[in-house]
Amino acid sequence: MRREEIRVCIVRVGGTNCDAETKRSFEDLGVKAFVYHFNEVSQGIDLLDYHILVFPGGFAYGDYVRAGVIFAKNVMARMGKKIIRFVDEGKPILGICNGFQMLVESGLLPGINGVSEHPEAALATNIPIGYRCKWVYLRHENNGKCVFTRLIPKGRVLRIPISHAEGRFLLPRDREKEILNKLLENDQIVLRYCSENGEYAEGRYPDNPNGSFHDIAGICNPEGTVFGLMPHPERAYYGWQLPDWTRIGKPPRYGDGKMIFESVVQYVMRKF
Amino acid sequence: MNKHLYIKKDLPFEIYEINILEADEKDLLKISKEMGLALNLEEMLTIRNYFLQKHRNPTDIELQTIGQTWSEHCYHKTFKGLIILPDGREIDSLFKTFIAKATRELNMPWCISVFEDNAGIIHFEGDYGIAVKVETHNHPSAIEPFGGAATGIGGVIRDVLGVWADPIACMDVLGFGPLDYDFSKLPPGIKHPRYIFRGVVDGIGSYGNNMGIPTVNGAIYFDESYVGNVVVYCGCVGLLPISRYVKNARAGDHLVLAGGRTGRDGIHGVTFASLELTEKSEEVSRPAVQIANPIEEEKLKRAIMAARDLGLASSITDLGGGGLSSAVGETAYKFKCGASLKLDNVPLKYSNMAPWEIYISESQERMLLTVPESNLDKVIRIFMNENVEATSIGKLTSDSVLKINYKGFPVAELDIPFLFSPPKFRRTAKFIKLKLKEPFFPEPKDLTKDLLEILSSPNVASKESVVRTYDHEVKGNTVLKPFCGRNNGPSDAAVIKPLDDSWRGIVISCGINPSYGKISAYWMAASAIDEAIRNNAAAGGRRVALLDNFVWGNPEKPDRLGSLVRACAACYRFSKGFRAPFISGKDSLYNESPLGPVTPTLLITAIGVVPDVRKTVSMDLKEAGNLIYIVGQTYAELGGSEYYRIKGFLGKSVPKVRLKEARRNIRAITRAIDRGYVRACHDLSEGGLAVAAAEMALASGYGLEIWLRNVPVADDLRRNDYILFSESNSRFLVEVPVKYKEAFESTVRGAHHALIGKVRGDGSFIIYGLNRDPVIHAGIEELIDSWKKPL
Repeated sequence: MRREEIRVCIVRVGGTNCDAETKRSFEDLGVKAFVYHFNEVSQGIDLLDYHILVFPGGFAYGDYVRAGVIFAKNVMARMGKKIIRFVDEGKPILGICNGFQMLVESGLLPGINGVSEHPEAALATNIPIGYRCKWVYLRHENNGKCVFTRLIPKGRVLRIPISHAEGRFLLPRDREKEILNKLLENDQIVLRYCSENGEYAEGRYPDNPNGSFHDIAGICNPEGTVFGLMPHPERAYYGWQLPDWTRIGKPPRYGDGKMIFESVVQYVMRKF
Repeated sequence: MNKHLYIKKDLPFEIYEINILEADEKDLLKISKEMGLALNLEEMLTIRNYFLQKHRNPTDIELQTIGQTWSEHCYHKTFKGLIILPDGREIDSLFKTFIAKATRELNMPWCISVFEDNAGIIHFEGDYGIAVKVETHNHPSAIEPFGGAATGIGGVIRDVLGVWADPIACMDVLGFGPLDYDFSKLPPGIKHPRYIFRGVVDGIGSYGNNMGIPTVNGAIYFDESYVGNVVVYCGCVGLLPISRYVKNARAGDHLVLAGGRTGRDGIHGVTFASLELTEKSEEVSRPAVQIANPIEEEKLKRAIMAARDLGLASSITDLGGGGLSSAVGETAYKFKCGASLKLDNVPLKYSNMAPWEIYISESQERMLLTVPESNLDKVIRIFMNENVEATSIGKLTSDSVLKINYKGFPVAELDIPFLFSPPKFRRTAKFIKLKLKEPFFPEPKDLTKDLLEILSSPNVASKESVVRTYDHEVKGNTVLKPFCGRNNGPSDAAVIKPLDDSWRGIVISCGINPSYGKISAYWMAASAIDEAIRNNAAAGGRRVALLDNFVWGNPEKPDRLGSLVRACAACYRFSKGFRAPFISGKDSLYNESPLGPVTPTLLITAIGVVPDVRKTVSMDLKEAGNLIYIVGQTYAELGGSEYYRIKGFLGKSVPKVRLKEARRNIRAITRAIDRGYVRACHDLSEGGLAVAAAEMALASGYGLEIWLRNVPVADDLRRNDYILFSESNSRFLVEVPVKYKEAFESTVRGAHHALIGKVRGDGSFIIYGLNRDPVIHAGIEELIDSWKKPL
């Protein structure tokens, strides 16, 4: 499939607020991206006409319950079957920040045994507690399963900002080890918080900015087509978005976030 | 309620007739007080005369409507009134005489709408304009910090929506009492600064973050006078296609109320804001604080942008202070129409609200659009698609009369011209001569301790722990962020790149100097203007527009009014002198509590542009070996300085602004930045040269050495400590690579400047005194520790 034939569906509801910059990132790569209100996605348009589905950042429905939960229930109740078909066709789904929270709440991630009825992980309140907007270092951990990071060499350190109050990735405590091993076995761990030099944060603040288990910042499903991450790659897409481009003198053309968008576009080009 | 004055009407809902025709002066004041109108006797008499001519008594909703419209908050009586000076001269409107006059005389072609609408609008690029508004939300934040601050942000965002602009950035400047304030000194009814601080910070973060608007610039200031009067400034910048700036409503258009439902929250917010705070404020005025729902406003914003892009509405305004009463009244007045309302159509949070409550409620997240009949269905559908309620509540009429019906009965009929011609205020101003003295104390040999103490003083110390709780990255357009350098130094300004296909940027900065206000309101205002403009220039901004936001005490007290007059006079002179017009502003008066009045505080917000964001300069040092220049001359101006404060003095020698020098310095900086000679630039403000140099160093992790004997000073300045800590305006520190030495020097040659140091690779911070001995010697880590510890 040619680049310009690729159609990206970005879904928003009341409280979604990172849709415009996410759309801009995809469009810069020459694909067509559309932002639709969930009202339109669930009634008007046919999701299966699109090749990539994105749940962008924000505070869907205010996140007044648990972050992402209302959105997840709404989506799965009203169009769960379509979403599952979308996944079964090998089409990629991206969840950024609030979108990641939504993917976990909907059971699409980690999805070790397919889409689960109940969430199998959580993105809990940050430790230390509070909303935090800052740039973090991430180490790419994936061996090639995740279609969103195939262009990124394993071990490469990325710099992308986070901005959230609930990003602490957790697994059920009594099965923590077991599930972690499963995730490793399936090559589902994609990004881990690390230091500037790429050493794992090992839970230490501020390199691990929210207390995430195993420093996990992003995971994919066993097929590698559904990817959720707390950091915002659309805010690290262009070089002028970097926090320290003034140190270099002139901004580079692109930031590290670009590779995530480019990877998935190339995957779709090859696959369909 | 008193039977004689309030007569319940025999209607199927609660409504009273107010018997003002038979009321004497005492009764009139009693009515004003009991109904929470905050109107004085002259105003009440004017109202009585109006109804005498009509041969009838007003209803409660009519009287409330007048009270809201004539409130200080809505009508700005002080700024529009007549002021008698001690020498007998009169000022007819502070606003016209000073603020608007500068703008009118400057007559900049890039000013598109100034002072007229909800926000000022200036040209940006092509068809795009920038809309800006800054508001205060002090009174509500004192009673309920979280809700007060959140709705402050919500309100100013609606102001920007109210000129059809898409909100793209927020700013907030906050003033609190000292966080370690002694509990036992708090009078009843005043909340502890720490409680207010937490609530306000959380409230601002929650609203801005939830709406997805980056909070990119601001300041936090601590002052004893803010214990009883918290200061909360909320600002918002928006972007709009100027061709979509539609304001042409006409008779027959529907009045469409969109957004959240109307409830009892926020009743009498504006009249509350026009009174001093007292022990009873909490009890009496709690309902005046509204409840925030940022997600509702986010949806509302989407729908408004869609309606704008389709050109379906003929005008728009926000519902803020005064609720429907001021939005409907102002819309009708602006388009020389009347209005006929069916109040039953207003969607309510719960039934059983009295008509007057519905009409003046300040429930949040509501906007009023005027829509031609033929577009009504389309507009309502747009809102529905975003899950937002929108309802026609009436129409504009051609008769200049406001008519309100409720459940089939007329409940109000007022002439719009009457509503907008309150009696003019006459107030007297007095200029107080303060008995201030310049302190004398011996010059300390070593100033390292003093520098560290100033770095850790709350007004200078890092605000990172607060600012990180605000999302400054959302929308992905923040080019220069609140922090820069490896160690998160404080940026002078924020730079936003709002258009995908253009490198042009918006530069946002502010200036605020409350401590100078304790010495001279005039020089405080001048300094705030200089600071806002130089912060802007330091990042690469130019073509600056200004916003003024006054926070003052009770203007009915002649000394408070006197200092206000002085500050306004400075606004005129320096706005004109810097060729930086005011485009919008707002005053918050009556900031008085049992602890006394607020320190006169003027926030100046500066909005500049930078032709190419890739030329933006940050304040952190970039490379060892680079040269450090100072641009601007240093005077013995330590009055109100941080240095005097830590020594226990206020002093008298407040920093002045010398326009000629200031303009030359700023021009020199802009030229040098444009030519690419500047690697880092930082303005000198609180703590003077020493703090600016320390901030540049600690932000970067590089060391720095400075040679004080090279610093250009006025003749009488011979002390190391004064040169280091003087807060003279219009000065910059600039980092220049050695290879640009000559080119830079010739670029800035018109301005006072000197090579005063260089960047060191070893992380030590050394300042050599006039006799070449080090007067400050510290490691960068020490500076960072002092600067980051306090908050």
